[in-house]
Order: sequence, then structure tokens, then C-alpha cells
Amino acid sequence: MFNMILRVTENPVRRTPARDVAIIAVFAAITAALGLLPAIYLPVSPVPITAQTFGVILAGAVVGGRRAGASQLLFLALVALGLPLLAGGRGGIGVFVSPTVGFLVAFPIVAGLIGWATERVGAPYRLLPGLVVNTAFGIGVMYLFGWVGMMATTHLAPWAAIVALAPFLIGDALKVVIATLTAKGVHASYPGLLPSRTAPAVADPA
Amino acid sequence: MRASSLGLFRPGHSPLHRLRPGTKLLILLVLGAASVVTQHWWWAVAILILGSMLAYRVAGWGVRLWWLQLRPLWMLLAFTAVVHALTSGWQRSVADTGTIVVLVACAALVTLTTPTTALVDTVVRLAAPLSRFGLDPERVGLFLMVGIRCVPLVAGLAQQVREAQIARRATTSTRAFVVPLVVRSLREADALGEALVARGIDD
Amino acid sequence: MRIELERVSHTFGDGPTPRTVLRDVTLTLTERRIGVIGHNGSGKSTFLRLLNALIVPTSGRVLVDGLDTARDARELRRRIGFLFTDPDAQIIMPTVSEDIAFGLRRSGLSHEQVDARVRDLLVRFGLDAHAGHPAHLLSGGQKQLLALAAVLITEPLALVMDEPTTLLDLRNAAMIGRVVADLDQTVILATHHLDLLAGFDRVLVFHEGRVVADAAPAAAIASYRDLMDGER
Repeated sequence: MFNMILRVTENPVRRTPARDVAIIAVFAAITAALGLLPAIYLPVSPVPITAQTFGVILAGAVVGGRRAGASQLLFLALVALGLPLLAGGRGGIGVFVSPTVGFLVAFPIVAGLIGWATERVGAPYRLLPGLVVNTAFGIGVMYLFGWVGMMATTHLAPWAAIVALAPFLIGDALKVVIATLTAKGVHASYPGLLPSRTAPAVADPA
Repeated sequence: MRASSLGLFRPGHSPLHRLRPGTKLLILLVLGAASVVTQHWWWAVAILILGSMLAYRVAGWGVRLWWLQLRPLWMLLAFTAVVHALTSGWQRSVADTGTIVVLVACAALVTLTTPTTALVDTVVRLAAPLSRFGLDPERVGLFLMVGIRCVPLVAGLAQQVREAQIARRATTSTRAFVVPLVVRSLREADALGEALVARGIDD
Repeated sequence: MRIELERVSHTFGDGPTPRTVLRDVTLTLTERRIGVIGHNGSGKSTFLRLLNALIVPTSGRVLVDGLDTARDARELRRRIGFLFTDPDAQIIMPTVSEDIAFGLRRSGLSHEQVDARVRDLLVRFGLDAHAGHPAHLLSGGQKQLLALAAVLITEPLALVMDEPTTLLDLRNAAMIGRVVADLDQTVILATHHLDLLAGFDRVLVFHEGRVVADAAPAAAIASYRDLMDGER
């Protein structure tokens, strides 16, 4: 075995606007597909865990801020147009006046922020920074929006809105961990999505 | 994936089906603005709830479909109603919970009575004035169409990945499912991007 | 149509593992039916993508009727249509007729003109019963017909096809073969279904990035078989 010092090439994959359109559309569809996975019920909470917000975190952690944000914006637009893409087959503009609207509004923002931070950290994707970024935005920012949205629609007191949201937290903590591991796996099998760190050397054990 | 009808639209010939999508969206907008005022009188909200049920009748359906739109929210609605009833009285409870019911039911009705492509056309038309700010409405339409197209594409990939997993008796962990799904989707995006270029989208 | 490749080489990736897929290819093509055969990874697909300016070569020039693919990509794609192996990747719009019409979005034609052209193609390819259906629900053979119709709507002068029958069963492959044979356009077709090349004017055999045989179908296919036997 010899350790070769090599520079990982910057953006080896060709970038065209058309390819970005395709990636944005495909990630909107991935968030939709994840909502189709059967919901998991934990014994401690009546709120099911769906994989939907998983898609939001994953988009950010995989394709970078601009494309991730755009993909989730497109996802919301498709939902608004009446495609039954939200977990449980919901869709239509009705969901934008329902109590969970805050979370939906957060989708593109959270995906964009995670993508932005992930690009700052750069390639190769590492678990610990990934976990920190995904938790800070995927739970922190997501719940901030969800909480405000809940109060705005239901006029519940802040404490009551927290009680209503708390059950979701268990599942979301779980999702952040799985999403981070998944992102790592995706970057390993499809390199070139992230800009390489400016640090000059990357050891390659090959 | 409900492959037969991509969307929640239900065909029909009611006056609500014939109304232009833009008009329906406008009515919804007015209703949303009005709710800020009506929220102060529980009886006004009660009348609106009855009105929304009536609208489902006019569209050719019954209260059952009305309830189907609200069912996914019932737990949150019940929670809201109880907390308001205990902290600020039943009138407030009816007004606040009822407003959500009215808006969700009416918004769902727009979706149920309008084909997806008609809504896309409306969005592209409504986005026209935005071209002054550098937003190309045609581009918005393209994004929506390619997005609509990708839903069954990725759903099909998800099906294939699932089948491959079962055939290989692999684990059923989420990660073992999502990693290949995302990687194959990215490959598909490369092919789709190439097709877009070949078919004249390179700007 | 006159296609010229002048000392064309192409290498993918400038990183630690560059892959050279075409090596110093010089060719002039003027025939109406040109076949391209070779193993997976022989450089066929890259060669085809050069013709439609989907790829610009890392060295050398590709000229189509005098237009340089490196400079006049857009004009070139108007003249040359491209049919991919997987029709699923090529279908862009949700329904059959919308997808066929897609290529004319910015053509300046009126709604009626576009509709008339779409109807003609739907009838010609026997897809008229599916006009309003979701495109992804068609069968494999129908999807490839749809993809072909979607390319033909812009009335290109030539069609480049990258293994359009590889994902199809024999019956559908033969059907696509007949449709291709009837086209008025110049056709450059890469395929593993060698019987599709009967009646072609010229067949190129690619191997490890070079053209190793360039002849009439029978002779070219024979040398392709020799190539395989030699490797055994």
C-alpha cells in the first residue's frame, strides 16, 4: 500500500443548467417518494414518523444549497398544484393553511441552509460535521418554523404549541442520524457533488 | 403511486369545475383574508363551515369527501379545540379550530375541481409580470412539468430498488434503501439533463 | 449531410483517473444510413454524442455541414435529433401529446400548427389512442416510438440513435427497425441488434476508441465477429 498525495479535482462532473434542472426535479421527486414509505409508529407517541423531512435534509447534504433549496421549492409547488405527494397522500393548497404549514415553509430554507453549510465543509463528506449541520438546521430551524406556523394557524399559546410538536421530535432525531449516514453513502458512490476542501492534500489508501 | 391519475383532481361538470382556476384561487385568497375578521365571531365561522360543506355538494360530492380532506388533521384539530376550550372558552375554540377547517376544506376543493395542467398554465400566466424581475415564466412552467414527470420516474426507481433488495434478501433498513435510490436518481438526472440539452434546453 | 471528424480524441475526467475513449479518429460521412457497432465502452456512445454537440472533443474538430460542434451547438442540434437508449430518460412532459409538442415550445408556430403536427405523428406511430395518457404508462416499445416522435416533430435533417432497441424485446426491436428504415432522414445508428443494419450504406466498427473497420454491413459485421473470436 502506498499513500498517494493527490488533489481531488474541482467539479469533475460537467455542469450545465439543463443538468441542474434535472437534479432539482429529481430531488423534488425523491422527497415525494420518501413520503410514500409506510409511516412508522413508535409506542411512545401517537404521531407517525414519515420519511418526508428526511428528503429535505438529504437534498441539502447531497446536492448543495442552491439546487437543494430549489428542489424543495419545486416539491412544495407540486404539492400546491394538487399532487398527493405529502406523507399519507395529502396535497393541494389546503396543506398551506393547515397547522403544519410552518414545517412546509421551512423545507426549502432548511435544505438551502444545510446545502450551503455542507458545501462550506466540502468534500469528502464527513459524519461529524454532517451531523452537526443536519441537526442544527434540520431540527433547530425546522422546528422554529414549525412552532411559529403552529401558533399562527391555531392561535395556541407558545407552551401548548410545544406540547403539540414534541412527539415529532423523537422521529426527527432518528431521521437526522439516518440522513447523515445516507448522505455519506451517496457521496461515496457518486463523488464529485461537493467542492473539494481547499486543504491541499487528501490521502488515498488505494 | 396512484399511477392512473397523477393528482388529486376529480373530473366533473359542476359550476365549480367550470370556474376558471384563476377565479377559484382569487376566491380562496379573499376567504383567507376574510378569516382574519370572521375569527372574532364563532357563529360566523360556523356559517362558513356549513358553507364549505354546501360547496362540496355543489361540486357534486357529499360531506364524506369534505371529511376525507380533514381527516389527516383530526388529531391536531382536536388538540387545538381542547386547549382553546380549556384556556379561553368554547367560542374561541369554535372560531379558531373552525377557521382551519374552512380554509383547508375550501383549498382542497380548488384542487379537487381543477386539473393539474390547468393550474400549471394559470401559474405560468400569473408569473408573467415577474419577468420584469428576471424570472422567466416559461422556465417556471418547465420546472413544474419536469417535476411532475420525475415523480413517477423516481417512484419507479424506488420500486426497482425495493425489488432488488428483496431478491438479494438484503436488510430492510432505510439507509440500504435510500442510498441506491438517490444514486440511481442522480444517474437518471444526468440522462435527463442530456435529453433536455438534446431537445433544445441549453440556456 | 456531410459529417467530418478531424483527428478527434476525447478524454473523460482530468483527475487521477482520466479515461480516453476516442483516439485520433478521422472520418468523413456522407451516406444516408450509417451503422455503428462495437463492444460496450468501445467509444460508440461518445462518437454519437460528438455529432450532436452533447460532448465537445478534448482535441480535434467535428464539422457537420461545415458547422463546428464547439461553436454552433444550438444550430447543430436543430438539424440533428438524438434518440437515447432509455426512452424513460428522454420523456420530459407528463402526457404523450405534451411530450411530442415539447420540442416546438419556442418555435414560434401557432397552437393550431403545433397541434396538427402532433396529430400527424400520433397517427403515424399508432399512438393516437394514447394522446392524453401519462407518458410513463406506455409500454417499452411505445415509449421508444414516443421518443422518436418527439424528436421528429422539429423536422431534423438527421437522426443519431444510441442503441434505441437495447431495452426492447425482439418484436419491438424489429418494429423500431422498420420505422427507422422508413425515415426520410439521414440515420446514424449504434446498435447490438446486428440485423437492423441490413440495407445500411456503411458500417463503422469501434474498438478501444478507434475505428477498426469501415465497410458495407456484411464485411463490417464479419470483421466485428473476427474481433470477438480473436479475443476468445
